Amino acid sequence: MTEVALPAPTRQPVAPASGRWLPVLVVVICILLLWYAGAVGLNAPQVTERLNNLGSPWGWQDLVSAAWAMERPVLPAPHQVALDFYSSLVDNDIDSPRNLLFHAGVTLSATLLGFGLGLLLGVLLAVGVVHSRVLDRGLLPWIIASQTIPILAIAPMAVVVLGSLGYPPLVSKAVISMYLCFFPIVIGMVKGLRSPEVLQMDLMRTYSASRPQLLWLLRLPAAVPFLFASAKVAIATSLVGAIVGELPTGAQAGLGARLLQGSYFGQTVQIWSALVMASLLGVALVGLVSLAERATARLMGTQP
Amino acid sequence: MTAAASPKESATVSANANATANATANANPTANAGVSVRPTRFKLGAVALFAAVMALSAWILLQVHGSGPRAQDMPILWLALAGWAVLVALTLNRLALLQQPKPLRLLAPGLLGSALLFIWEVGVVGWDVPRVLLPAPHAVAQALVTRWDVLWPDFKQTAIAVLAGYAIGCGAGLAAALLCDRVDFLKRGLLPLAGLAGAVPIVGIAPIMVMWFGFDWHSKAAVAAVVTFFPMLVNTLAGLAATDAMHRDLMRTYAASHNATLAKLRLPGALPFIFNALKINSTLALISAIVAEFFGSPIYGLGFRISAEVARMNVDVVWAAIAMSALAGSLFYGLIALMERGLTFWHPSYRQ
Repeated sequence: MTEVALPAPTRQPVAPASGRWLPVLVVVICILLLWYAGAVGLNAPQVTERLNNLGSPWGWQDLVSAAWAMERPVLPAPHQVALDFYSSLVDNDIDSPRNLLFHAGVTLSATLLGFGLGLLLGVLLAVGVVHSRVLDRGLLPWIIASQTIPILAIAPMAVVVLGSLGYPPLVSKAVISMYLCFFPIVIGMVKGLRSPEVLQMDLMRTYSASRPQLLWLLRLPAAVPFLFASAKVAIATSLVGAIVGELPTGAQAGLGARLLQGSYFGQTVQIWSALVMASLLGVALVGLVSLAERATARLMGTQP
Repeated sequence: MTAAASPKESATVSANANATANATANANPTANAGVSVRPTRFKLGAVALFAAVMALSAWILLQVHGSGPRAQDMPILWLALAGWAVLVALTLNRLALLQQPKPLRLLAPGLLGSALLFIWEVGVVGWDVPRVLLPAPHAVAQALVTRWDVLWPDFKQTAIAVLAGYAIGCGAGLAAALLCDRVDFLKRGLLPLAGLAGAVPIVGIAPIMVMWFGFDWHSKAAVAAVVTFFPMLVNTLAGLAATDAMHRDLMRTYAASHNATLAKLRLPGALPFIFNALKINSTLALISAIVAEFFGSPIYGLGFRISAEVARMNVDVVWAAIAMSALAGSLFYGLIALMERGLTFWHPSYRQ
């Protein structure tokens, strides 16, 4: 559930490459340094207790190295998370529940199914809203109002109800994802379908274009940039929906289930590496949509 | 937007400050152009239709509640429902034309919402849907009243977490944006990362926050603070960059200092963007607090109530809790929208 309001599809002026990456690199390094310092600070109470119990005298080097190597730290050091992440990918088969890729795959399938359903529902609703006054005046206010509702609260409900109706967990998770991600799509598509200018609409009318032709030849192409802007927001929310959908069921597979198990058993490193996986997945999904956007733009000839 | 569209719309779109306002304001200007209706006769017809819908609805409700679980065998009910649907569609069509004065615009969505509630009630009661699957609206209302003594402390617990996290997250986001505005290097380093944060499921940090800050509301507030930080940062930075070069030049001719320009021109200019973030965050904070409660909480809180009562199959209480959080979310959002209206009255989207 990230930004609900959609940015207009505009391009920012591009800075030279070196000027773009250096600041990001510096900030990332600062965050990593802070993280290491935080790992020492937060783990210190437990570590000092353990070192005192050992009896032998210890210096600050022992404290730091012990704080960065705890088995169940309050805050694991970045390299611990990276190691756990790496070893879960390499040391286990792809279909083993110890492999994060397996969990990511389970979550990904629900995310994509939900995103597809949400895309379909959103586009259909938007086309309906643009063509029907009743839907425009009656339904659109509700779609907007529903953005203010913590829709995720319905997740446990949806999982239990759909589960008792005999649907597999994949479907109930996908339904939650769909629920979350069709709002940005409707809003963006309505805006996009209405974006053709009066002049262009009039031109179509002078060709005596029918309403389906108007939709297919003018409105839909005009809505494509808006669709992609909303799709980027929607696919990120869809991932959140799939992860949250895995929480209340006590599911065994999926990134959400991995988070929940980690929190039950106090496996902090496991939680962090699941989080890293979820973040990578989110970034990859949004990146894929961006790639699709660029490819479509090239196909449609809107970009040099 | 178009040349023919009102300046209100074109300005809103170019400012791109508020998608929600856009979507409402964007109502196709050509839609009503061809329709001319004689007002009084038209209104009389609408009122008559409305009365007919109400009467038929009342009759169906009485039938359904009176005959109990055998309602599905009554062919007359099917007939009545079909007639009802036609009547509602006709009325909606009429009501959708009513746009002046402004309060009348609420009629069409109001009727559609009530119609959906009505179908829910009649469907569940008349067709005897198991209570475990979907409770009827009247059962939810009943649960809301009878379990108020439980739900109210739940609400208070969650509300404290949401408000605290919201204030901390939005405040920190605003402060970080102001800092970024001063230090360009930081801005260029942080902005891509903040944009990346939009793609990342941040609510996932909930189990970590519960470990760090305990089961009480502090951990939920921490999640809400982290989640609300990034939208505020990104939006405020966009807002600070949104002032015209002309305006900034004017301030320079006054020899205004950086701080004076910030306080008198750029921050007020950024207000629509800041309010946009505040509105997005109001929902985000509530969602993240509720999700964080799924990971462990004391024995109250709306998220805890939802997950606990789902496990006990007390579905009506769950729906009551959902209704409560929905209402709270809408009120929160509405309050901020009102504040926005008061503080950014100069913005084109609010000018007549």
